[in-house]
Amino acid sequence: MKKTIITVVGKDAVGIIAKVCTYLADNQINVEDISQTIIQGYFNMMMIVDAGESSKSSVEMVNDLEKMGDEIGVKIRCQHEDIFNKMHRI
Amino acid sequence: MVNIFEVNETNKMIEQEKLDVRTITMGISLLDCCDSDLDTLNKNIYDKITRTAKDLVTVGRDIELEYGIPIVNKRISVTPISLVGGCACKSPKDFVTIAKTLDKAAKATNVNFIGGYSALVSKGMTKNDEDLIRSIPQALSSTERVCSSVNIGSTKTGINMDAVKLMGNIVKETAEATKDNSSMGCAKFVVFCNAPDDNPFMAGAFHGVTEGDAVINVGVSGPGVVKHALEGVRGENFEILCETIKKTAFKVTRAGQLVAQEASERLGIPFGIVDLSLAPTPSVGDSVAEILEEMGLESVGAPGTTAALALLNDQVKKGGVMASSFVGGLSGAFLPVSEDQGMIDAVNRGSLTIEKLEAMTCVCSVGLDMIAIPGNTSAATISGIIADEAAIGMINQKTTAVRLIPVIGKDVGDNVEFGGLLGHAPIQQVNRFGCEDFINRGGRIPAPIHSFKN
Repeated sequence: MKKTIITVVGKDAVGIIAKVCTYLADNQINVEDISQTIIQGYFNMMMIVDAGESSKSSVEMVNDLEKMGDEIGVKIRCQHEDIFNKMHRI
Repeated sequence: MVNIFEVNETNKMIEQEKLDVRTITMGISLLDCCDSDLDTLNKNIYDKITRTAKDLVTVGRDIELEYGIPIVNKRISVTPISLVGGCACKSPKDFVTIAKTLDKAAKATNVNFIGGYSALVSKGMTKNDEDLIRSIPQALSSTERVCSSVNIGSTKTGINMDAVKLMGNIVKETAEATKDNSSMGCAKFVVFCNAPDDNPFMAGAFHGVTEGDAVINVGVSGPGVVKHALEGVRGENFEILCETIKKTAFKVTRAGQLVAQEASERLGIPFGIVDLSLAPTPSVGDSVAEILEEMGLESVGAPGTTAALALLNDQVKKGGVMASSFVGGLSGAFLPVSEDQGMIDAVNRGSLTIEKLEAMTCVCSVGLDMIAIPGNTSAATISGIIADEAAIGMINQKTTAVRLIPVIGKDVGDNVEFGGLLGHAPIQQVNRFGCEDFINRGGRIPAPIHSFKN
């Protein structure tokens, strides 16, 4: 199953990971890996998730998470892993 | 597995450096639409286009969302209409009805341009070819989304100078027919030498007769990404400069290849090619001129510009070829003056002239593109410029093209606004000496000696 990459970029605040993870759990999306770093003062998180069991389509996930990001005040992107695999692997 | 730094790099390219896929262009053959009755022909054309491309725009949008990379344009190219309309069209007026049908089909499928109102006359013109060519001014002034092109020469056939002569008049008539709209018709009309069959970029896209029934071609972009990468190697030698461009071009092209394969699979239409052209837009930070200036030129047009462009073009190809299974189309850096803010600035600064642009077209695709010239430029002069560009293409075995806009009522010192992706441009000075007797000779320029390879 192809993975989806969720990235969260923005000002650090309490509960960002909790909110995203709650959404994922509610929709049967499994988190396989999380990494986090601070780049130029900004909170930067990447999750690799498997949405194979979820009833949400990719497009719905993209829209839901983007909306959630707007509410929290961070930028949440949700992208198919192949865009990164193709660009960075031969 | 991907790591956070790679993910950040890609997303930074998309968000800050304007990485995008410039166009998904669906090529559709209309040869099976031929009929001797004009109404039936028009109906066949409309039905085939709207049937084949009905999902193009929605599939494009889905891919955009799922991969998080913008796909700026979704477009259609069709078989050159001079071939399709031949049986039914007895006059230029008949051909115009097909242009209107294409426009209607483009609107129905929600694509922003449809290309292929074209004729291929590199050696000679049939009556149909001539009728179509003579209909171009009216076709472009009575439609919105139709793009037209004419191929007037090739390395194999030489240059059809009768067609070149006619082109000067057609460009002028098109400018006149659309003078209330900044002579915009000319922005949708391009004259080629060595036109490729699989070009996804407008205005010159058409679905060549060597192609299958339908095909997906993709044009990538990314001048901003290349410019940004070069900011990191200021002062370094040419080896490092070239390696940096090559690696960046690889990444940009991979995104295009992915989108092309995905679109092809979802639409159930074979993947044709990825076009590696670096295509600028009028927005700041998306400019080919800025890349050249980043290499160390004070302003584009300065000595060194042609060399800088040559290496840019070559490295983009070297990086891009490995990233895609099929490369085609134009595949070179575009220099559309009105669509590249850096080029516009250079013209305004006085560093970039038409003559220098002509020299630059020897080392890159595609030609003198989107250049606004005084509205009173003579048809013979326009033909002369077309002949010069065609000669560069013919001798160098490459595609060259001319898309000049003689803006009616404007002169050097004025500006013209086309809007959107077509941008805006200062009116540029054209050499004031004539070439009428040369153009009026008529006939053909023979194929060059190096075309005889058999």
